[in-house]
Amino acid sequence: MTAYIIRRLLATIPVMIVVALFVFFLLHLTPGDPAAVIAGDDATPTEIEGVRRKLGLDRPVWEQFGIYVWGLLNGDLGTSIFSNLPVTTLVAQRLEPSLVLALSTLLVAVVFAIPMGVVAAWKARTAVDRIVMGFSVIGFAVPVFLVGYLLIYVFAIELRWLPVQGYRPLSQGIDQTARSIVLPAFALGMVYMALIARITRASMLEVLSEDYIRTAHAKGVATRSVLLRHALKNAAVPIVTVIGIGLALLISGVVITETVFNIPGLGRLTVDAILKRDYPIIQGLIILFAGVKVMVNLMIDISYTFFDPRIRY
Amino acid sequence: MTALATATAAPAAAPASSDTILSVRDLRTQFFTRDGVVRAVDGVSFDLKRGETLCIVGESGCGKSVTALSILRLIPRGAGRIVGGSIKFEGTELTTLPEDQMRKIRGNRISMIFQEPMTSLNPVLTVGAQIAESLHIHQGLDRRAAWDRAVEMLSIVRIADPKRRAGEYPHQLSGGMRQRVMIAIALACNPKVLIADEPTTALDVTIQAQILNLMLELKERLGTAIVLITHDLGVVAETAQRVIVMYAGRKAEEASVEELFRNPIHPYTRGLMGSIPRRTATGRRSNIRGRLQEISGIVPSLREEIPGCAFAPRCSYAVDRCRTEQPPLDPHGPYHLAACWEAARVAATPR
Amino acid sequence: MATTTDVAAPVAARRRTGALAWIRRNPTITIGAAILAALVVSAFLAPWLADDPLSFEPINRLKRPSEQFWFGTDQFGRDVYSRVIYGTRISLAVGISVAVFATAVGLAVGVLCGYYKRADAIVMRIMDGLMAIPSILLAIALITLMKASLFIVIVAISIPEIPRVVRLVRSVVLTVRGQPYIEAAIASGTRGLTIMVRHILPNTIAPLIVQATYVCASAILTEAGLSFLGAGTPPEIPSWGNVISLGRTFFQIAPWIIFFPGVLLAITVLAINLVGDGLRDTLDPRIARRM
Repeated sequence: MTAYIIRRLLATIPVMIVVALFVFFLLHLTPGDPAAVIAGDDATPTEIEGVRRKLGLDRPVWEQFGIYVWGLLNGDLGTSIFSNLPVTTLVAQRLEPSLVLALSTLLVAVVFAIPMGVVAAWKARTAVDRIVMGFSVIGFAVPVFLVGYLLIYVFAIELRWLPVQGYRPLSQGIDQTARSIVLPAFALGMVYMALIARITRASMLEVLSEDYIRTAHAKGVATRSVLLRHALKNAAVPIVTVIGIGLALLISGVVITETVFNIPGLGRLTVDAILKRDYPIIQGLIILFAGVKVMVNLMIDISYTFFDPRIRY
Repeated sequence: MTALATATAAPAAAPASSDTILSVRDLRTQFFTRDGVVRAVDGVSFDLKRGETLCIVGESGCGKSVTALSILRLIPRGAGRIVGGSIKFEGTELTTLPEDQMRKIRGNRISMIFQEPMTSLNPVLTVGAQIAESLHIHQGLDRRAAWDRAVEMLSIVRIADPKRRAGEYPHQLSGGMRQRVMIAIALACNPKVLIADEPTTALDVTIQAQILNLMLELKERLGTAIVLITHDLGVVAETAQRVIVMYAGRKAEEASVEELFRNPIHPYTRGLMGSIPRRTATGRRSNIRGRLQEISGIVPSLREEIPGCAFAPRCSYAVDRCRTEQPPLDPHGPYHLAACWEAARVAATPR
Repeated sequence: MATTTDVAAPVAARRRTGALAWIRRNPTITIGAAILAALVVSAFLAPWLADDPLSFEPINRLKRPSEQFWFGTDQFGRDVYSRVIYGTRISLAVGISVAVFATAVGLAVGVLCGYYKRADAIVMRIMDGLMAIPSILLAIALITLMKASLFIVIVAISIPEIPRVVRLVRSVVLTVRGQPYIEAAIASGTRGLTIMVRHILPNTIAPLIVQATYVCASAILTEAGLSFLGAGTPPEIPSWGNVISLGRTFFQIAPWIIFFPGVLLAITVLAINLVGDGLRDTLDPRIARRM
């Protein structure tokens, strides 16, 4: 097991090198003068020159790359062109809302989607199943911002149950945070729920036709226990896999959701960076998110051993 | 042969006596497919007495497994259901019993062992947990007690080092050991009836005898009645007191094991016997050449209503009447039933 | 045969209802295709169906949906209905271009990887790296570095889709390559290129078509998302994402600016997904089981 984890960690090195190479050379391979594009249309030659120096574009490419990678290895994700603050500092400032949003979404999606998928599989080909599948197909097509604005319109503007926009940090009390995160979590969770419900249903359907499920029934095990204790654990591996895949959707979705709900998180950092063409911030966020994704994949793979004793590394 | 003379003495169409633990009457189970209705079990009746072993034999697809699943009401919902007849267990009608009552019978009073030990155990639960689960559900044992009893059951089914094995997962056990675990699960709550659906078919020949002997020995010890479903007449001869031969969802013949082997009446039964290899030189004709005799033709489709005898298309004795009228189960001796219009002619023909 | 007439009648009836029967058996693909057809038609007929999406009349700012303005007007007094109809063109163009571009590149790279072991190791590492980057961020990075244009948006959305296509094609190629008839062709001296074109490419078509529909749907969503964030199609082009993006500031008083393009976007993606699911089930039952 330990050997496996070490091997997997080593395997992430080439992936991260490719990511670093990509974000670095993107700046150099793009047609035209990136310094001019980043400085904007109205920039004076001096301003363009300033941007060029800040990005280190005046030095030889390999020297730049060396400095960049050395910085990464020391935990330096780069420095913002406009605020002159390290990207790590900016990320740290904006981390809490995004983390809270991502985890609440994960929670909401799993808590709703897995029971939905289980029930759909149990009641396969009935009205309940069709409703769940219909929800899953539609949930997959509806864009995050439409769900977000609809939820705001209904629950915040019409019913006035929840705040329209904004985020309350955990330091102001968890109940305030919860109230501010409910709608964003459901909006972002929709696609995720659709995905997990669909896979849960498919995986459960397969498991429910297995011989050992018949054995469980023959033992007099109650339906609830057959579904949860005997079937769900066997159906878990594909479900966990899709939760991992869905995390990629989540990262992209966080950026949009934070914009809809005006949440000052990493998504807002990204949007501000887009508006100011602050490339180092986007560069740093890509490295950060890619790293998170690689680690999540590793954790998912390790979690398989917990669900299926036949999997050994 | 272990068959007992008492079984032979039973009257042919005996009403359910106090000795009868399970009584099946005119059971009909049908499956509903896109291509039509499949009459998997089409009017089967039999009684099971306390502590006896009853064998149901027939080719695959003759409805013997469906009969077994029907008794425990394990026919997959949506695919098929019991459409008629009655199943009485210790006087309780099972076909109409509410599901929660039925659950208290399954695995407790009536247990079942399946054909595939490789796939019939849950791969993600330890075998100990799977045995303990029955005890927890039906006997209300707490975790600790259920586990201890599960370990005990493993030693009863003669698994070496039961303490360690209880904590293992099915994939760590051999096929024979898994079937022993299945037996342990089935017998954990001292059931009155054990239904074993081809329990040894998937196992190595050397293991088959061990598992059968284990089942019979435990049956004696616990006084459990067994319904043994098999296609193997060798198994029947070694284990059963009474035999039912099924064909195309119907009962073709029923007799004590000695009677059936001495004097098979139904042409299908005779065909089955012709298709088992004999060890002795007493076999005639086909066996002289040492070859298995096959029954020509195929099992009929159960999708169409069969007006006459289902075996008629494959039967060398068949006359016009066989194809139009369904033969009744007529007595042929003290305890011997057979459904054949031409029984007299068949009986007169030497095998 | 004496009963010919009796038998012939139902056969003819069956043939007549053949199309109907097919529709009944494949309701999802039919509904999806019908919606898509309607969208394509309205995209083509936009100049006849709608007014100029760019003309603005400040007197008609933020008007509710009415007989005159079916979907209301935005803060500049532009007709949301006209903008949404013209937006159909942008969304479909982006979706189809990305699907074609990503599939073509993915196919070429995937076949190469499946066929030449040496290229495989390097290219797959690059693909792993690309897949680790969240697609929307990758597109944003490209767009920040270049002047915004529809072409750049299409390229930026395509790049993150390519690794998925490559993986799919590669797995098909590897499976097919292991088949005895390919071994036989190699053994009998057939050239590598011939084997690829004759035997391997045809096997990739069915899964690729299915994949392309999903890429198309996801590209339409990503374009809208990027435009919504202000990192997509240049703001003067009336894409659905741009319309929604502009409606953001006013959504409390003029929710229709967001609602109508949003719903149309959802319907479009839904229709494409339905067609994709239908194609998957009919073209390739193997994938169907895997999904």
